[in-house]
Amino acid sequence: MDEALLRSLTPHVLGILVRRGADFAAAEDAVQDALVEALRTWHADPPRDPKGWLIAVAWRRFLDATRADAARRRREDLVDEEPAPGPASAVDDTLQLYFLCAHPSLTPSSAVALTLRAVGGLTTRQIAQAYLVPEATMAQRISRAKRTVAGVRFDQPGDVATVLRVLYLVFNEGYSGDVDLAAEAIRLTRRLAAAIDHPEVAGLLALMLLHHARRSSRTAPDGSLVPLAEQDRSRWDTALIAEGVDLLQAALARDRLGEFQAQAAIAALHADAPKAEETDWVQIVEWYDELAKLTDSPVVRLNRAVAVGEADGPRAGLAALAGLDDTLPRHTAVAAYLHERDGNLETAARLYAEAARKAANAAERDHLTRQAARLNARRTV
Amino acid sequence: MAKYLLLKHYRGAPAAVNDVPMDKWTPEEISAHMAYMQDFADRLEKTGEFVDGQALAPEGTFVRYDGEGRPPVTDGPFAETKDLIAGWMIIDVDSYDRAVELAGELSAAPGAGGKPIHEWLELRPFLTLPPTITE
Repeated sequence: MDEALLRSLTPHVLGILVRRGADFAAAEDAVQDALVEALRTWHADPPRDPKGWLIAVAWRRFLDATRADAARRRREDLVDEEPAPGPASAVDDTLQLYFLCAHPSLTPSSAVALTLRAVGGLTTRQIAQAYLVPEATMAQRISRAKRTVAGVRFDQPGDVATVLRVLYLVFNEGYSGDVDLAAEAIRLTRRLAAAIDHPEVAGLLALMLLHHARRSSRTAPDGSLVPLAEQDRSRWDTALIAEGVDLLQAALARDRLGEFQAQAAIAALHADAPKAEETDWVQIVEWYDELAKLTDSPVVRLNRAVAVGEADGPRAGLAALAGLDDTLPRHTAVAAYLHERDGNLETAARLYAEAARKAANAAERDHLTRQAARLNARRTV
Repeated sequence: MAKYLLLKHYRGAPAAVNDVPMDKWTPEEISAHMAYMQDFADRLEKTGEFVDGQALAPEGTFVRYDGEGRPPVTDGPFAETKDLIAGWMIIDVDSYDRAVELAGELSAAPGAGGKPIHEWLELRPFLTLPPTITE
């Protein structure tokens, strides 16, 4: 059975139900039911018209659920009206769904869950597995999110920036389960890019593609992290890089710079270097300056300090680091790296060990511990 | 979106404000305490933040490898062990502040006299998977 097809039809079917008069929460439940039914029956008995099948089953589920409700009168009116599709197109419906599922009244985790279900066509179970929480918890998170947006009009225009933040979260902080959340984030961003012409949407898609291109080289077979400078660049996916660079160039040409375009530009400069030592760090520092103007994020200034260290030497990097809050995540790791480059191995080893204790994820902690161990072993020889 | 462990200690945490051992409570106070804990977990499930909750028996055994071909050595329980875990709850929340808020609520579970125990819970973040975009 073609699960990808099934999932790609989801937002469209949901849009049709909403335009027939179903409220969003009930329509979304009905589409989810139809989806689960399709996953159960399609492989043995594939429908000739998958979209028609989904619409019919979802609409029936919606009517059944409504019939069970107290609002019998209203429902009968609704059935009598018999579905006349509204004027909006499938593209508009999809776009409205993105806005609704990323509505600013939702917490990030709710927006992520709702987007993956209503737009992505994932089942509650799949989303729960991906984020390592019980299915009952995820079901509640989703129904609570739907209650939160219950009063929002479906055709209300939204802010594309909130949608991009949600998609970025799915891509960047995705867990690894049966569902490939990075690939899912890319699919959803591609679809958004097809629905709306916006340079930051293109920028985010480019950013995702450029990072996804390095995926296979980012971890060693034992699961340990391989830093950018040590990655086997022959394993980078050149087709994804080319697509990302094309998207980025077209977006930049429109002269409406945003943070995702700037981040993608940095990723593109890394992708452009055949060897780590050929990286154009001077240009990367310039892009970090642009990024700092756009976001004023301390994380950006921290990454800028790394780039300055490569462009102008470790002392300059340490000077750039000096003004930053040392409680920032990865601050100590960056300090350790710059001290090592400066030849101050004892300090570097101590800082690597300290950074390992502060690391927020196990792979980074193990990597930093190995760095400390490497320097300590060298000193005792 | 971060997971935290709320760790409850039999021993090893600073003393609670209402520090009366459970066997000195009335049966009704014990029931009220249990009901509060269950209600707390139920509420967290409804908010979509509950991951897991478990209680541990107080007495454990220490086990270690004792060399090739030999059975593992066991020892204990040690009455003097300073840190003794009573149980935990795992939550999945949007922020550290929310985790602190929930730990505070859990610490308000009623104890002797029906008053909040004010017990110290240890809040520990889970290590995550590495983010994709770091540069």
